[in-house]
Amino acid sequence: MRKVYHRIIQIAGNVITVEADNVGYGDLAEVTSRRGSSLAQVIRLEDDKVFLQVFSGARGVSTRDEVRFLGHSMKVAASENLLGRVFTGSGKPRDNRPEINDNLVEIGGPSVNPAKRIIPKNMIRTGIPMIDLFNTLVESQKLPIFSVAGEPYNELLARIAMQAEVDVILIGGMGLKHDDYLFFRDTLDKHGALSRSVMFVHTASDPVVECLLVPDMVLAVAENYALEGKRVLCLLTDMTNFADAMKEIAITMEQIPSNRGYPGDLYSQLASRYEKAVDFDGAGSITVLATTTMPGDDVTHPVPDNTGYITEGQFYLRNGRIEPFGSLSRLKQQVNADTRDDHRAIMDTMIRLYADYKETLEKQSMGFSMSSWDQKLLKYGDLFENRMMDLSVNIQLEDALNLGWQTLAECFDKTETGLKSDLVNEYWPKA
Amino acid sequence: MHHEGNYGAVVGVNGNMLTVEFDTLVTQNEVAYAIIGEDRLKCEVIRVRNNRADLQVFEDARGLKIGDKVEFTGELLSVELGPGLLTRVFDGLQNPLNDLAEKSGFFLQRGLYLPALNYEKEWKYTPVANVGDSVVAGDVIGTVPEGIFDHKIMVPFELQGTWTVSTVEKAGSYNIEHVVAVLEDERGNSANVTMVQNWPVKVPINAYREKLMPKESMITQTRTIDTFFPVAKGGTFCTPGPFGAGKTVLQHAISRFAEADVVIIAACGERAGEVVEILREFPHLDDPRTGKTLMDRSIIICNTSSMPVAAREASVYTAVTLAEYYRQMGLNALLLADSTSRWAQALREMSGRLEEIPGEEAFPAYLESLIASFYERAGLVRLNDGSTGSVTIGGSVSPAGGNFEEPVTQATLKVVGAFLGLSRERSDARRYPAIHPLDSWSKYKSIVDEKDIAAARNALRNGNEVGQMMKVVGEEGTNINDFIAYLKGEFLDYVYLQQNTFDEVDGATNEERQNYVFKKVMEVMENKNFKFDSKDAARSYFLELRQLFIDWNYIAQKSDDFIAQEKLIDQKIMGCVNA
Repeated sequence: MRKVYHRIIQIAGNVITVEADNVGYGDLAEVTSRRGSSLAQVIRLEDDKVFLQVFSGARGVSTRDEVRFLGHSMKVAASENLLGRVFTGSGKPRDNRPEINDNLVEIGGPSVNPAKRIIPKNMIRTGIPMIDLFNTLVESQKLPIFSVAGEPYNELLARIAMQAEVDVILIGGMGLKHDDYLFFRDTLDKHGALSRSVMFVHTASDPVVECLLVPDMVLAVAENYALEGKRVLCLLTDMTNFADAMKEIAITMEQIPSNRGYPGDLYSQLASRYEKAVDFDGAGSITVLATTTMPGDDVTHPVPDNTGYITEGQFYLRNGRIEPFGSLSRLKQQVNADTRDDHRAIMDTMIRLYADYKETLEKQSMGFSMSSWDQKLLKYGDLFENRMMDLSVNIQLEDALNLGWQTLAECFDKTETGLKSDLVNEYWPKA
Repeated sequence: MHHEGNYGAVVGVNGNMLTVEFDTLVTQNEVAYAIIGEDRLKCEVIRVRNNRADLQVFEDARGLKIGDKVEFTGELLSVELGPGLLTRVFDGLQNPLNDLAEKSGFFLQRGLYLPALNYEKEWKYTPVANVGDSVVAGDVIGTVPEGIFDHKIMVPFELQGTWTVSTVEKAGSYNIEHVVAVLEDERGNSANVTMVQNWPVKVPINAYREKLMPKESMITQTRTIDTFFPVAKGGTFCTPGPFGAGKTVLQHAISRFAEADVVIIAACGERAGEVVEILREFPHLDDPRTGKTLMDRSIIICNTSSMPVAAREASVYTAVTLAEYYRQMGLNALLLADSTSRWAQALREMSGRLEEIPGEEAFPAYLESLIASFYERAGLVRLNDGSTGSVTIGGSVSPAGGNFEEPVTQATLKVVGAFLGLSRERSDARRYPAIHPLDSWSKYKSIVDEKDIAAARNALRNGNEVGQMMKVVGEEGTNINDFIAYLKGEFLDYVYLQQNTFDEVDGATNEERQNYVFKKVMEVMENKNFKFDSKDAARSYFLELRQLFIDWNYIAQKSDDFIAQEKLIDQKIMGCVNA
């Protein structure tokens, strides 16, 4: 029987302090108050003082409340039974179905030995041309979507969840609006993707500490599936909320802030999550796609900035579209040579012409007269935006490539594209 | 001092910092082990106050309890030095990652430490010193072949004063623990010499006669560096840049093509994926200078961003100590640390936990002096036997927000000999390597003539100024001479500064070729006889000339094609002058 402690000597923010012995760093405790019971985690030991971060928040906790230590750190059930289910950040069911307690694994486990990683080599098809064709997502890649509030990044993630060719989809929601959570759940359900998905959702109204748990829960489950040989895609939204939750706790713990109030270990904390993305030598893989909203559309804000140094590229989502400029998949070179021989050429040519179109637009807005070449570019830019950039487009890579050729043929002569002749001979649509 | 059975007890845990109460003695920076069940977690003492010591744990501290036992070893954090270091991949504490993988599979198991060197393998030993020789620390006792050179077995660096060789082992095959010589000092103390010795990572090895001025260039085969912003053997340089500007690609290129004897890559707090590329590719890439693979001259220290932070702090010291060790053998070692900002952040995390008064951006006040003393471990030295050896250090810096006005970049700039600033503007324009030609600088001597370099810099500056001006007044408002200056600047940029790292030929330009091509480029730059009827004519001329040069860059030197292409270029230059 474990000892129960009744004397809480300090309550600050969501952190409570009790005097107790024989408590392990990182261990869980159950705090029972009038409001019910909540899990809490040991975040600091100082002589006989134990500092606990209460998952459901310290509001309503009294100094005489009951604290019972469980003798282990946070765990999550990682089994097949999770598929199709929705949980809170602390692993409680959100869907009124029974709790799952089989195959419990510790969250936030050790990092993968770099010697057991392999160079990624498989493309993940999403059906979205701006990704598949122009910035291919690669198995084991970690990629953020840089965006601002109001952009349809959750819609984009939901579409990827429905269309991506992977075995398991894990969705981690941090500070999600309740509407967004329902949107995710209903969309996946409607398209039959829920049965291969697991959701861990922290909504904006949930206690902030649970927000911190979401990525670790998701990634621990992902790791387990990947070790069984599955290709897992983790969708995390929104990592800025996660960083803000971390900031909140750090300030409560009186840590010295570094940049804009964020704790000095922001980089390490983000990295230890993103680096869970992996292609195991001899097992499955984990791919991480995460939204990072940029406060004030400022990419030098500490969260997107640190993220950019960790991830393998980024997608910029602006005006409801994935920006062709600035967006980058650092791993695309690993795979796009082996898809179809015209992939790289179409990718480069179409982007280059789209850049020319943007210049022409500028000239047009300044009132310069439009040459016949400009007219061609204007037509091309319009088609490109509708056929490729529109997020509702869902076509296979090969069809997207063909559509690319068709678009070029509709706007330009063969020689104007600068494409290599052998490719033109093979793919240029016959009149 | 004998420390056997010196124990303390945990009285506090905060992240990766332990507070431990002790009753006998502790030494600053000594290694201790926190004992948690079967596991022994490596720690380092970083502060002592009264009878309490603060320790950084090189592992996840999960599960540690108040009262848990801590064993103090009395030894400073050290690395093992001996034959067999080359080709290996270590973590920040010199644990061999491949051996760890064999033992514990996919994940890095907490508390699992393995010896850095192979203690069973036998090496073919040849004695050098004779009985009766008088020797000091760093003197050579014998050699064993390792890879492409003879690995020198030296008098342990920690021995002080002069010693006399009393016995020597004859030639033969021995493992590294075998005693190959016994030394005696005046007072009759004796010391055994084996092929392995330990050295504390945070103390520079100083078993040499004197430190010399670095003069000779360390050829990197990257044209912008060697010609414009050279790095000297024994010098230091830094490559700061925002994310996506190509820091890592540049470092990889240098690690592949630099003319160093030993290359040590410290992947410090960066992406694991990038290290995997090196791990998987280097064993298959040929080193043109030796005919062996690149791995045969490399050591990789790999403490990526998700590995424990305290070990990240140790990793740069581990790396530089290994570099100094090979320097002691008269070799030129190159250390590439990617990224020193992650190391500085590890310092910041620890400083925060120690509740020290923070400096700028919460970095500790001693950041500058630590960075300075790290880079000062580079240098060209004259060894005891009169030969020279060097350690060259190149550190990449990842400034927050890409802004160089931050503490790590600024502290680094004060102490390095060359600054290769990568710019977002250039990388966005796909002008690689994105080393900014106007902002960067180097204090070392270039491989080409100083006057030519000054002229080239001038031309770049002029071209840039005209380019800026044209943004305001447009092409129409620019006179033809200015316009030509602009075209020349762009020409130099495209044909010389830009280089395709991924191309077999263009990726690496040796010293001779750089000199040759640069002369040809300067012929164009300094030619004042260009006459054009219109700006369009000037532009198309330079575009054509540019294409000829770029094609030339992709052609292997001394081939027939190379000569033929050069003829085309000459004709093109002549053609315009006559017109």
